[in-house]
Amino acid sequence: MKVANPLIRVEHLVKTYETGAELAVAALREINLSISPGEFVAIMGPSGSGKSTFMNILGCLDVPNKGHYYLNGEDVAHLSKDRLAQVRSQMLGFVFQGFNLLSRMDALGNVALPLVYASIGKTERNARAMVLLEQVGLGSFAHKLPNQLSGGQQQRVAIARALINRPLLILADEPTGNLDTHNSGEIMRLFRELNEHQEITLIVVTHDPNIARYAKRLVRFLDGVVVADGPVAEILEAHA
Amino acid sequence: MILAIVSEAWSALGMNRLRTALTMLGMIIGVGAVVLMLAVGQGAQYTVNQSIASMGSNLFIILSGASTSGGIRFGMGTAPTLTLGDAQAITDLPDIAAVAPVSQGTAQLVYGPGNWSTAVIGTMPDYFTARDWTTASGNAFTDGDVRSATRVAVLGQTVVSNLFGDEDPVGKTIRIKNSPFLVIGMLEPKGQSLDGRDQDDTVLIPVTTAQRQIFGNRFPGSVRTIMVEARSAEVMDHAQKDMEQLLRQRHRLHEGQENDFDIRNLTAMAQAAASTSRVMSMMLGAIASISLVVGGIGIMNIMLVSVTERTREIGIRMAIGARSRDIMLQFLLEALIISILGSLIGIFVGVSGAWMVSWLTNTEVLVTSWSIALSFAVAAFVGIFFGFYPARKAALLQPIEALRYQ
Repeated sequence: MKVANPLIRVEHLVKTYETGAELAVAALREINLSISPGEFVAIMGPSGSGKSTFMNILGCLDVPNKGHYYLNGEDVAHLSKDRLAQVRSQMLGFVFQGFNLLSRMDALGNVALPLVYASIGKTERNARAMVLLEQVGLGSFAHKLPNQLSGGQQQRVAIARALINRPLLILADEPTGNLDTHNSGEIMRLFRELNEHQEITLIVVTHDPNIARYAKRLVRFLDGVVVADGPVAEILEAHA
Repeated sequence: MILAIVSEAWSALGMNRLRTALTMLGMIIGVGAVVLMLAVGQGAQYTVNQSIASMGSNLFIILSGASTSGGIRFGMGTAPTLTLGDAQAITDLPDIAAVAPVSQGTAQLVYGPGNWSTAVIGTMPDYFTARDWTTASGNAFTDGDVRSATRVAVLGQTVVSNLFGDEDPVGKTIRIKNSPFLVIGMLEPKGQSLDGRDQDDTVLIPVTTAQRQIFGNRFPGSVRTIMVEARSAEVMDHAQKDMEQLLRQRHRLHEGQENDFDIRNLTAMAQAAASTSRVMSMMLGAIASISLVVGGIGIMNIMLVSVTERTREIGIRMAIGARSRDIMLQFLLEALIISILGSLIGIFVGVSGAWMVSWLTNTEVLVTSWSIALSFAVAAFVGIFFGFYPARKAALLQPIEALRYQ
């Protein structure tokens, strides 16, 4: 599974939070991990195990205290705020548990929004957004506002938005946390399809083994360290 | 991209129309008040300046001294100390543009069945130059008329309308104190003087004619006042000293003896009036601009609320690639749109208000393009200034914290 040029390489990553006078909580202790292009990784772990902190660092939304994070060969662990924004804009796509669509914009506008910050003209923005909406099966909902869409539809809009900048990597933090079983399955099948047919690298954080099963590789966090890493089936069985 | 951010700022403002409108109202009132107050102030200033201009520029008036009779001192101009010779001598001084001795009194004018009492001014042709007064029809009298003391008169507009109505007075004969005078000209209207007198209620005749035929003169050759125009504002002080020296010499006044005449600088008095109205105008503007600042604080207040309310939105935008400056730009633009739209409406309100004031109170108001440009620029500055802090606050949010914000 390991290849010469991993998409993500994390070395000795440490993140601590100052929670008050002289009391630091270690969220991540020593993380070493590599993820290759085209992988579909699920990250599991109980609350407070550091998996969300890890995702935020991978997503360049947060920076580690120590260690290195190579994204596509570039160490992005200690870049400036604006450079991080640029990395997010060019290489990453996010899918959140709460969808995080802008409520006053229609589906098309939400999908096209990242392109505004990539300085792409309006005609191209809308054309590309439309293609992606059709791809996630929402072509006819382009001009609906988020509150006119079901949770599953909103999450698919969010996935289309994550895809629009042709990212190297999509990070999904509990993408099915607000959805019922049926819609969860739909979303995960969409992820798998994107992974298999378009070779998009995916990292999904979940606490649900049934969701994790859609991935190929599973990484388990506990108390800020990786306690298990391998093919999904193996890890789940070992745990059970 | 800037276009997309403008349209986003616009749509964000559209989300809460009432709030946007109320915030804008602060700017509308502020800018409206500034435009209106400047218009009223400048209107007043304009009126004062008009009166000053109608008086003539760089003017002195020399009054003859006070006479004393049995211990009772009379006012300035009662003693016959100034003469036509003095006036002639002043003409030869440098820095002097025009000299007009004035013999003035009130007399009854008669034309046909009508009659009218007015100020009769006996003077010389230089009077027209000094007071910057031209004839609307006909001509002014000449030095020749003065030399031969002809009976010709130049009438002010008020006199014309009272004696002649719509008739053309030029070429007609009127009677001044029963002497027939040929009307040779009609003056341009000048309107009110600074002290509110009607400057057009007058008739001008040669000084010699006035002295010999109208007023009579106990002291032949003397005049009560001499009007002098200096060549420019810069030489006024110098000219005044020269005239004083010359007159003291001509009147054979010894060292230590008081002047038997009084030189008054009319322009300095007028400028004092003008600067008073200028200060008034500035005060009005300053008071009005306080409301502009209050409007700006309103913008800041609303933008701060807006940033807090939309913390999560800011987080989302940052997650999908917005840089700090993109966020900053969006919120600054929102503040700027409020202030610019508000100031445009405010300019409209202010101009209409000024028009209303002018119509209701029948006073002069003056809306100048620079006052509009100024209030617009100040409003835009207020928008940026008061929008900056909230926008910066938004831009400095940490994406991860903004995303977690509920």
